This record gives sequence, C-alpha cells and structure tokens, in this order.
Amino acid sequence: MVEKSIQEINKKIEDGSVNVVTAEEMVGIVGELGAEGAAKEVDVVTTGTFGAMCSSGLMLNLGHSEPPIKIQKIWFNDVEAYSGVAAVDAYLGAAQNSDIRGIQYGGAHVIEDLLRGKEINVHATSYGTDCYPRKVLDTSITLEDLNEAFLLNPRNAYQKYAAATNSSKRILHTYMGELLPQFGNVTYSGAGVLSPLSNDPEYQTIGMGTRIFMGGAQGYVIGNGTQHSPNSGFGTLMLRGNLKDMSSDYIRAASFTGYGATLYMGIGIPIPILNEKLAASTAVRDEDLVTEILDYGAGSRDKPMIREANYAELRSGSVEIQGREVPTSSMSSFKNARKIANELKEWVKQGDFFVSAPVERLARENTVKPMKQTQAVPLVKDVMSEFIVTIKKNQTVQDVAKKIWENSFNHVAVISDSGELVGLVTAWDVSKAVAENRFDSVESIMTKKVLSCAPNEPVDLAARRLDRYGVSAMPVVDTQMHVLGIITSDNISKLLARRY
Amino acid sequence: MKIKIIIPTDKIQAPIIAESMVETKVLLNIMVANIDSTYGELIADVEDSQFNKIKKALEARGAVVFVLDQPITRDEEECVECGACISVCPMKVYSFDEDWSLCVDEKKCIQCGMCIKMCPHGALKLGE
Repeated sequence: MVEKSIQEINKKIEDGSVNVVTAEEMVGIVGELGAEGAAKEVDVVTTGTFGAMCSSGLMLNLGHSEPPIKIQKIWFNDVEAYSGVAAVDAYLGAAQNSDIRGIQYGGAHVIEDLLRGKEINVHATSYGTDCYPRKVLDTSITLEDLNEAFLLNPRNAYQKYAAATNSSKRILHTYMGELLPQFGNVTYSGAGVLSPLSNDPEYQTIGMGTRIFMGGAQGYVIGNGTQHSPNSGFGTLMLRGNLKDMSSDYIRAASFTGYGATLYMGIGIPIPILNEKLAASTAVRDEDLVTEILDYGAGSRDKPMIREANYAELRSGSVEIQGREVPTSSMSSFKNARKIANELKEWVKQGDFFVSAPVERLARENTVKPMKQTQAVPLVKDVMSEFIVTIKKNQTVQDVAKKIWENSFNHVAVISDSGELVGLVTAWDVSKAVAENRFDSVESIMTKKVLSCAPNEPVDLAARRLDRYGVSAMPVVDTQMHVLGIITSDNISKLLARRY
Repeated sequence: MKIKIIIPTDKIQAPIIAESMVETKVLLNIMVANIDSTYGELIADVEDSQFNKIKKALEARGAVVFVLDQPITRDEEECVECGACISVCPMKVYSFDEDWSLCVDEKKCIQCGMCIKMCPHGALKLGE
C-alpha cells in the first residue's frame, strides 16, 4: 500500500526532488512497474486539453465613469455582454456573436483581442438614477484598464465528448464542424489519454479549489461544471482564472461556419499520485476511453447513436461505419494538449506550481435532465392535412389535371404501384406541360426529388426545410415511404394563427 | 498539373471534353466534376507537357481553362493544429505527422475550398 499526502508531495516540489510525468508517459510507467511501483515512483501526473469550450466567458469590472452610470446594456466591439450585476460589472459570454459582424466575431474574439493588448470599443446605455445619472457611455479600453478580468467558465474540460457524423443528404454546419453528407466524415473532440477528468474519473483529487493550468496561468476549479454527468462518464468543470496572467498561446477565439463564435481553452490539471489507485487511473489509454458517434442528421436533441468508438480508433484517422472507412477529424488539438501537459510538468519540476487538495469533492452521482417544456411542441402529424390526393405515375397529365380540379388541391402525390411516394405534381407543373403541349405520363412532368417529412418530426424542423428549399408543401411519409398526408405552408400559417 | 475547366451554358449540351481528348489524345484525369443543365466545372490532372495541347482544343470549343497554381495557404499563427481540415479534404492534402503536427501537401490541392469553411480559426485561405 502506498499512501502519500499532498503536503509530502509539495515538500518534494519545494526541494526539487519531485518526480513529475505526463499522463501519456504514465501509461508506460504503470505498464512497466505496475500501479504500486508507479505510485512509489511518481508524485505528480500532468494532463492537458485544448479545444472548443463554448461555455466560457469573462467577468470584468470597468471602474466607475464620471458622471457615474449604472450600466443596463453594454457592448464590447458590438458584442453584447450581460450587465445586470451592479453598475460596472459585466459578463461577456464567449459564444455571443457580434451585432454587426455576425458569427465571424464574438465574445471569444473580444477576449483574445483583450489578451493581445488591443483596444476594445465599449458602448453602454442606462436609464439614469439619482446616484448614477449618466445614460450613455462610449469609450475604449484595453485589458490593463480593467479592474478585474476573470475568465469564469461554467462548463469546461469535458471528461470525453460524443463524436459526430451525418446520415442526411446535405452538409451540416455544426459546433462539431462541417459534417459531410451520408456519413462522409466523423468529427470528435477531447484529448483522450491526456484528458484531465478521464485520468481521475473518481474525482479523488480534482475538486473545488484544485489549482490548475488555465490559459497559460494558474487558475482554479470552482466546482463541477454545468451539465456535469458523471454517471455516464461526461463530467465537466467550472473554472476561474485571471485573464491578465494568461497567454494567447492557450486562449484562442474561433468561429464555426453556420454556428458561431467559441473559445478554444487550454487547460492542464496536475494529479497528485496519493495511492496506487490514482496511479492506475492515470494510466488510462486512448483505447480505454469509449465514446459514442452520434448522428447529427436528425436535428433533434436525441441524436441516434451510430456506433461506439474509442479514442484510439478516432485518432487513427478513420473509423468504420456501415462497412466503409470514414475519415475522422479532431476538433481539439492534441499537439497543444501535449504542450500544456509538458509545460505544467515543467512548472511543477521548477517549483513554480504546487498541488492542492480539493476543499470539496465533485459530485459523483448526477445525470443531466432535458429541459422541462410546458408548451407541447407541435408535430407534423398534428397539423398536416390527412386528406391527400394521389395518382399513379403512369397516368396521364389529363388525369392529374382532373384530380386537381375535382379536389381543389394544388399538390398531388405520385405513387408507385406498391404505394410508395415517387414524385409530386403541382398545378404549376400541369400548366407548364400544357403550355409546352406535352401530354405524356405523369412521370415525365413530376418533380422526382421530393422533399418529405416524418409524422413525428417537430413542425419547426419541417418549416425550416420548406423555407430552405423554397417549396410550399411536403408529403408526410412513414418509414416505408407510404404517404400519410401533406404539410403545406398553409397548415403552418394556421398553426401560428392559433398560437397568437 | 491541376487545371480547372469551365463549360459555359451555351456549350453544356456538347461533348466538348470528350471531343478534345479524342482529338489531342491527351488524357485528362478528372477529379471533380460539377455539371448540371446550366453550367459545368471540372478539375482535372494533366501532364505538364500536354497542357497547351488540351487547353487549345478545349478553348476552341468554348471552354475556359486555367491552371490551378495557387493552392491553399495556411496561416501558421492562427492554426492550432487541431486537424479539423483533415476529414473534409477530398484530396488528402492534410495529415498529422508522428508529433501530431499538421502537414500540408499543397501539391494535391484542387482549391475546392472545403477546408476553409471547416477551419474554426480562419487559418486557411485561397488565392494568396
């Protein structure tokens, strides 16, 4: 049995005899010496991660103006921050996009610009009070001008993260990057073998008060993060660190096409090896860390799982999906994660960084609940017209004209002999055929690439699709492509009319 | 070398690529082809020595031909070497070396621009 205390380890850091290795190096050491041997040998294991962490932001204090203002609304380079806290405090979220420049520039970019010493334009408004008479403020500031500038990140350093792919027929622009159609690629995030929480999955040493590497400076864990879900292996951390001490090597703004701004955070956490259990857990390898590959094609909260995959597979460059090798992309930087683990290792070795015992441990039992929604989300089947006119594809243009006329229905679904949807014909298609003097089969004038939707899809998704493709109606089909009804822009207008 | 061939609307119905190849006996290795009823754009590989011949034949038939000689450029300051670009590139321009540093093989680039949209850090650019 090996038992070491934080104090013993810190004494070794002080006198320079501490043995520090990275979590990557620890794999081989435990393999060679076993957990007990490694626990005797190694005092601290350093971890690192560098990736997109949208749930980050800057808590800042501007100091008081003359005459003073109680800021109600505030913008930094046209990116709005929250200022409903006292007079001149504000919280700038990394994922807030610019009012002017849109998703190309956001809170994350303001944070990086501040860090690089750039001037930031500030615009603020208020209603004016006896103690804070000013109503409008315009100024420009740099990081130095702020009294405090703390990164206060509600959810960072996910233990691991689900990978993403796309079964649909179009490119999806997501916070996991560009997902190519029909399982064209897989994107993933996380440092695997170097991931901080994956190296201490019982949260024995990482907890409230743990001193960490944060953006190139010393920062702290202030508790578990939001959506902390240890039961499923998706723990998260809430962090705080002083932006003024950080480096732009480890804090980088980014923007995902079609999604928006986010912040790449560099985080490293030292794990004091107090016993052999910790030695064993810090020997975790990429192949031990299993995550899920989820299908973002559905556009729903519950994304179907395509398969499981471990980080070794994801990092190999391709994974197999439905018998095909699909290329993978990492959205986080392993090279920088490794750089952070090594830099933290040097800090500890040089006696510049001491390990700490948590004031309180992180929750080890917790699952994430979905949002409570009091208003039912209307589904396609709730608003669709169940009455639908169909026609066989080998019938004539005249047959279709007759059906449209008799039913005063603008859209006619074309079906095969076995009843599957194969096309759509509108009054417009018929007019065109008549104008061109073409009276062949329905098949020759119908739209063959028909958009369709499922009865259990939320109306919002169907509406988004109608809008994107500029069409006025979509047949509703079951999984066998049998037509159940049709949803038109009329159905959606009626729904809105009922709602307001 | 990699070339781009644009087929304007009024020539889209004619088999001008095939005609040019038959006439010159120069082989085009077509890598990307986006053709519909109104417009065509192809990217192809051709031997350097054969380029002028096929260019002449294609242009005589109304196509616009130019050399793709400005591959993607990477801003090394902006790039964090995450590797997001790797899986969206149809030509495998990007890869990791054993240190997880990003390697860019510009010679393979067909200037499709997929990686530009993918890069979260705006580190990739064309035409510079």
